[in-house]
Formats: sequence, structure tokens, C-alpha cells
Amino acid sequence: MYFIDPHVHMISRTTDDYERMTRMGCVAISEPAFWAGYDRGSAASFHDYFRQLTEFEPMRAGWSGIQHYTWLCINAKEAENVSLAREVIKLIPEFLDRPNVLGIGEIGLNKNTMNESTIFQEHVDLAVRMDQQILIHTPHLQDKFKGTHMIVDMLRADYRVQPQRVLIDHVEEHTVRLARDHGFWCAMTLYPTTKCTPARAADIIEQYGDEQIMVNSAGDWGPSNPLAVPDFIQEMRKRGHSETKIKKIVYDNPLKFFSQSKNFRFQAPDITYGTGKP
Amino acid sequence: MSSPQTARQILDRHYLEIRSKILDLAASLDRVDRAGKDGTQDDPRLAKLRSGIELLLTPGTDRAERVQMLFSDTYVENWMKK
Ligand SMILES: [Zn+2]
Repeated sequence: MYFIDPHVHMISRTTDDYERMTRMGCVAISEPAFWAGYDRGSAASFHDYFRQLTEFEPMRAGWSGIQHYTWLCINAKEAENVSLAREVIKLIPEFLDRPNVLGIGEIGLNKNTMNESTIFQEHVDLAVRMDQQILIHTPHLQDKFKGTHMIVDMLRADYRVQPQRVLIDHVEEHTVRLARDHGFWCAMTLYPTTKCTPARAADIIEQYGDEQIMVNSAGDWGPSNPLAVPDFIQEMRKRGHSETKIKKIVYDNPLKFFSQSKNFRFQAPDITYGTGKP
Repeated sequence: MSSPQTARQILDRHYLEIRSKILDLAASLDRVDRAGKDGTQDDPRLAKLRSGIELLLTPGTDRAERVQMLFSDTYVENWMKK
């Protein structure tokens, strides 16, 4: 089955991973800007990072036949440094017209601090002024419920935000309704340890349905698995869910959400692989 | 939308897996106790784990959500107005 991984940090992965993802049916990915594992020393480092995400990475993905899209921001962890964050936000507009940029992300909260909230709201302001979609990181573990609630509060307080153009990521059992009840899209992240598993993601689908929801691997430099979406497909098949329903979650839904972005020019896989058939 | 599997099918598929997860829990708690008494018995995290295990024995179809809430920080209404 063809799939799209809507959240994976491929700059931290090898070309071999791209190859394995292609063989498993991956046709496109989207890569939000995130924390590199250390705090960067200056805004210039982010400028270089944005160039990597918009120049080299789409080319490298293309070598494996994968279409690469991206989202730009300063992540919540480094947003604690408000003055650096404001310098980085000023750099973003020059990149928004690059052909693989879908919007602003992954913005959000990490430790649910006031500085993080300030920079979150400034990113949202940039997104609505520049007519961009938004991809949101929610905190992990004990911070998640509170942080997701705070994020929803901030989004709802800005009357310009269109919920159907916002994706709230890393939802779990206790936060999925918070996102969906207010009309936002949401995504579940499948981790090999400590967080949501393919089985629990399938449980959430069985409880809350398959509208405005998707799954991703959030593969990065830490323990993670860029083939987590195929694991979810396998879990859904074992339970007897239809191919149509599975495809809706791993392919149709990301396409529908991304299609609201003016830079999203997706090539359906049969065309990509040059069979000559439409 | 619900599960296409019957309760019997789910239990057949997962019985040994659940059994093994209970054993993992038991062995982990044994390991903490075996390591001796260094005041850890009063650690609030152990109390949380105990509450989580008790929660598993209550009825319902939202145990996972309730375990999540047990391990979550409290959200304070009107935080933005501060
Ligand atoms: Zn991420």
C-alpha cells in the first residue's frame, strides 16, 4: 500500500532509510523543523538549516523517488530563548515561496512555559499573515494534556486561525478529543518505546473514527522507526480493517490536509514511477 | 466505528502478550524492592504506579485515557489572563 509519512525528520536519517521507505510504499513525506539535539548558537544556523530543508533534502529524497515537503519554524525547546526566536522568525518569510514549503511548524510547547507560549503566538501570527498552514508539536509525557489544552486555548483566542488548516500532532488517548472537537486535524506518532504504539493508534481510530486524523513515525536522531507507518498498516490489517479505511488514514487524509497549501504539488505514484499510465 | 474483531478473537490474539506484560511489571517492582530500602518506598512515583495498577482493575473502556490523566500535570483554566 502506498503511504505518506506526514512527520519525519529525514535530515537525521540515512539515504538507506529513504530506500527502505520507498520499498515499503512511501511516496511522500513532510519534514517539520525541529530541535537538533543541542541548542544552536545563532540565527545563522537556522538559516543554514532552512536551506538544507528546502534545497538538499528534497533532492536527496528524490533520489529514492520520494516527494519531500517541509515546514519551517524555531522549535518549542529553543523558543525559550525569546530574542533568538524572534530573529529566526524574521528569517522565515524569505523561504515561504520555496517549492516544498507547506507552512509553519512544528511549533508548539515543550515545558509549557510563558516564553514558549509567547513565541508560539508569534509564529501563529506569522502563519495567518502569510496565509500558511500550521503543524503543531504537543509536549510528551506528563506535560502533554496541559500543553495541548494551552495550545488549543491560544489557537481559539486568535479569531483569524482556520482550524481545518492546522494539524495538532502527537495526540494520544487523552488529547485526541481536544484537537478534533474544535475542528483541528490531528496526528498520532508511533514510537518504538515509551509513547504511542501501532496497537494503541489503531484503538484510537476504532474509538474516534478516521476523519481528520493521520499517523506518522516522527523518525529523528533518537530511538525511532521510519517504517512505523507500515507497522500501523499491518496492525490494522491484522484486525480486519478494510484496505479503503487504512488507505484513508495513511494516504488520503494527509493528501487532503496538505492540498490546502499552495506549494503542495503532489504527483500520484503511478506517474512518479513512469509506467506511462495516468 | 468499532473493532471488526470479536472479544474472543482479541483475547486469543493478545492473551500471552498481556500475561507477559504483567510479568514485566511484577519483575520490575520486585527489582525495586530487592535493591533494598533507601527511602524509595515513599517516592511519589511509586504511589502513582500503584494507583495506575489499581486503575486497571476498574471496569470501563477508557482505562488507557484514565491512566494518561493520572500521569498528567493539571491544566489551569484561564492561564492566558494571568
Ligand atoms: Zn517532530
